[in-house]
Amino acid sequence: MQTATLKFQSQSVSRLYFIAAIGLFVGQIVFGLTLGLQYLIGDLAFPAIPFNIARMVHTNLLIVWLLFGFMGSAYYLIPEEADTELYSPLFAKILFWIFLVAGAATILGYLLVPYATLAEWTGNDLLKTMGREFLEQPLPTKVGIVIVALGFLFNISMTVLKGRKTAISLVLLMGLWGLALMFLFSFVNPSNLVRDKMYWWFVVHLWVEGTWELILGALLAFVLVKTTGVDREVIDKWLYLIVTMALVTGILGTGHHFFFIGLPGYWHWVGSVFSALEPIPFFMMTLFAFNMVQRRKREHPNQAAVLWAVGTAVMGFLGAGLWGFAHTLSPVNYYTHGSQVTAAHGHLAFYGAYVLVVIAMISYAMPILRGREANPKRAQSVEMWSFWIMTIGMGVMVLALTGAGILQVWLQRMPTENAMSFMNTQDQLRFFYWIRVAGGVMFLAGLLTYLTSFFIGPAADEVETGRARLQAA
Amino acid sequence: MAQGFTSQMARNIFYGGTAFFVLLFAALIFDTEQRIPERSKSAEITPAVVRGKHLWETRNCIGCHTLLGEGAYFAPELGNVYKRRGPDFIKAWIKAQPTGAPGRRQMPNFHFTDAQLDDMVEFLKWTNGVNTENWPPNIEG
Repeated sequence: MQTATLKFQSQSVSRLYFIAAIGLFVGQIVFGLTLGLQYLIGDLAFPAIPFNIARMVHTNLLIVWLLFGFMGSAYYLIPEEADTELYSPLFAKILFWIFLVAGAATILGYLLVPYATLAEWTGNDLLKTMGREFLEQPLPTKVGIVIVALGFLFNISMTVLKGRKTAISLVLLMGLWGLALMFLFSFVNPSNLVRDKMYWWFVVHLWVEGTWELILGALLAFVLVKTTGVDREVIDKWLYLIVTMALVTGILGTGHHFFFIGLPGYWHWVGSVFSALEPIPFFMMTLFAFNMVQRRKREHPNQAAVLWAVGTAVMGFLGAGLWGFAHTLSPVNYYTHGSQVTAAHGHLAFYGAYVLVVIAMISYAMPILRGREANPKRAQSVEMWSFWIMTIGMGVMVLALTGAGILQVWLQRMPTENAMSFMNTQDQLRFFYWIRVAGGVMFLAGLLTYLTSFFIGPAADEVETGRARLQAA
Repeated sequence: MAQGFTSQMARNIFYGGTAFFVLLFAALIFDTEQRIPERSKSAEITPAVVRGKHLWETRNCIGCHTLLGEGAYFAPELGNVYKRRGPDFIKAWIKAQPTGAPGRRQMPNFHFTDAQLDDMVEFLKWTNGVNTENWPPNIEG
């Protein structure tokens, strides 16, 4: 076990962000399991925690912990790439606590106060922004997100400006600035529902199928540069081509959400054609990851981080790429729109692309933040097990939801007369929903395994070799 | 990758490609904006419809239901519920919640006044009239 020190002391602020991210991740999964059970036991926890409240907590926690993960990653990555200390580590710490307290208060608000009352208390009547999927946050929280994001962007942008400008940090910066910019559309809520929905997608789609892909590409490239030692010129070219394809396909790909919400018919063509191309950047990421690992110039002792990075590329392609493509063409989407097929895709895409890339970053950075180049072998082995348990658990969930979705389409959507009603169809899907819960339990087991990996020390012989190396040095 | 292809060239392709598609998207959105009033019958958006939308939002209906296929998949699609059930059924149903049937999915009671129930129905009635390119495929949503 080789010791390592941070290149820049200010990188250590990222540790706070990573710990918060993992903590909130656990909360997200606990609520996810509750939701899975509510699909089967309809009155579970009612009226204390109705489904809509649990769902809001589940999805909002996901967004918040991924944002914590992105910010932590940036605070770690930017000083190293810019080759200079962070502009203001203190500011980063202050923003951390603001964001954590605001996030926790929002979640408690959801759980303890009726939503309509929460809206009243928080000034929703001044500017009506609440009650839209994923953007349920009260106005003060939304404003807080903007302030924290601007402070964060100021901090890392100043760092890049005074230091070295690499392709990775530029792409990351553009992704993060884009994220903040698109979030401003969460304040746009026209009284015409059709218009409301269109601008809602400016946040939701242009985050996950736009700006976030830049962040994903940059983080993946960083972990690959560090663990494979491949020449930057090669990695930079890959990164630029991947993010080019991401935006070239993703921006007009927004059209695949515009088929049936009241917008003009030409979106069927625009959305189908461009979103059908959206798997390309994800496929390139897979090629990129495997290629870099094959051409590696060093054997990095942190093999767990390499596994998470390659896992990101593969699972991102499956979840965002293949499962997205499966229902993106307008004639297919006509039947699958708003069914369990959508849920299947959403779960695998978020896990494959964004959950895994944040964990890859944490896996690479956390050992160094703790003063060693890589975790002890035993800890890494547990970490790799957790990858497989979580990934297979997610796979089970997604296959179950896909099965549920196909049956739902068959019973409820395809028949032109005497189609089965929504609730009667749901009764027919119970078998799949039980398997989904089993997959969810497995996922939680994998996550708990991941948590334990942080507390596993080196084996006796590993301690010995570590000492010998230190002495030799 | 070919020798002559440098990362600067890749970067320029990124900037150029992004700028082009951002502009194209903006142009399409501009055109779409012009067509929304006609496709959504925006002239029929009365104050009652606006109030109904506000109720829809502040009761977080989207947390269980879909509306034009978007939302949660726990409870029925409501974009066409006006056609499927009619105004009186919708009001009676909302008032009767929760059913309390053991093991069944439960909807909270929102203690709406009659005027609020009317607003809700007006919103769902207007939504039902949006041109959704014939979606959903059948009345069940």
